[in-house]
Amino acid sequence: MRYEAPTTAKEAVRLMAGKAGMARVLAGGTDLLVQIRTDRIAPDLIVDIKRIAGMRSIMTKSGGFRIGAAVSGAELGEHKALRRAWPGVVEAANLIGSIQIQSRATMGGNLCNASPAADSVPALVAAGATAVIVGPRGRRSLPVEDVAVAPGRTSLKKGEIVEAIVLPKRAPRSGDAYLRFIPRSEMDIAVVGAGVSLTLDRNGVCTAARVALGAVAERVILVPDAAKALIGSTVDQAALERLAAAASAACRPIDDKRGTKKFRIKVAGVLARRAARTALARAQGK
Amino acid sequence: MGEMMSKVKVSTTINGDPVEYLCDAEETLLDVLRDHLGLTGAKEGCGTGDCGACSVVVDGRVVCSCLVLGAEAEGRKVTTVEGLATGDRLHPLQQKFLEFAALQCGVCTPGFLVAAKALLDRNPDPTETEIRFGLAGNLCRCTGYDKIVRAVQAAAAEMRKG
Repeated sequence: MRYEAPTTAKEAVRLMAGKAGMARVLAGGTDLLVQIRTDRIAPDLIVDIKRIAGMRSIMTKSGGFRIGAAVSGAELGEHKALRRAWPGVVEAANLIGSIQIQSRATMGGNLCNASPAADSVPALVAAGATAVIVGPRGRRSLPVEDVAVAPGRTSLKKGEIVEAIVLPKRAPRSGDAYLRFIPRSEMDIAVVGAGVSLTLDRNGVCTAARVALGAVAERVILVPDAAKALIGSTVDQAALERLAAAASAACRPIDDKRGTKKFRIKVAGVLARRAARTALARAQGK
Repeated sequence: MGEMMSKVKVSTTINGDPVEYLCDAEETLLDVLRDHLGLTGAKEGCGTGDCGACSVVVDGRVVCSCLVLGAEAEGRKVTTVEGLATGDRLHPLQQKFLEFAALQCGVCTPGFLVAAKALLDRNPDPTETEIRFGLAGNLCRCTGYDKIVRAVQAAAAEMRKG
């Protein structure tokens, strides 16, 4: 195995594109190094992106935020403006692992590890985030929900790297939230995760919403029917019940040691409803 | 087979001292500390970032050194448990761990000390809940945690007195 720590995105792409064998991007390493050490993968080349300035910073951009792919969870949590604008995204990223893991783990890595249970991804999908991808043919943007295609597999092509995640400008009276179910209070893999983002008009009527679910399909899914249940309502009890039903209906989970299909389908509705309540309270400035 | 090519030369700072080493690209910072530099305080419990026995501080943040490559330490500042005491004088956390019997087998202890110091550096007066959250990435299978929490509280109180 060879280790490289380029200082520009261009050089990182050249390295990733040039190697004949398996090349892997190292961001926080909290998934990658575990996979290497447990012999699940044996890369020929590791490209550490943490020396690339643009991948290590959070910048405001057109009223939104551009978060470098190698920004750690701890850094996200310490960024006050980001936390104020997108509390759901930050709380989702900060749910991942211990303090030690937060010092290293990144949303770029969480996205590209492509786990269906990735905690930050449903929050990012609900937020309408896009991934900026840099590759041999230049840059392109992709909705975050289109990055993972199956467990451990992304739509990225040879030589492509997620450089940053962009969160859009927040409309007034907006709020987001992420909730997950785990069988203990901390540090576990989501059995179900639910992210909700919504915007209200001056009369408290929901004008825009996005709902995303984790750990209930082969990848994190956007659930347009659940969002439709909220839009045009005041996010009242009836709308929340319709949202929960739509969320449950969208699930196509597996049975595993962490939860049954039936349990996941039920809990997806419950969590989506609760996350919507928190997003609503935040949109109302409560 | 290309072994020379994969050696990485690293210049870093460990416990305040400049250190240079050669490591394989695969080697973790934990491997380097223990096997190349003789700093055996950090322990390998799980090797997957779950137990915290290998905790060290890199550039002010506590990390699992089993999930950091040795090569990544280039130009960084690393603090290990060996850097806590000043000469023969134990750090207040070390002293309180002894006084409160906050260890039994001792394998987890260096990780707890490093994580507790990182916690107190950021928050000199943590609540019990904050201590328990701050140390949730460190597993101890002997003490039941209570004595560890009491020792950290006592050390924090002493350190606040200065």
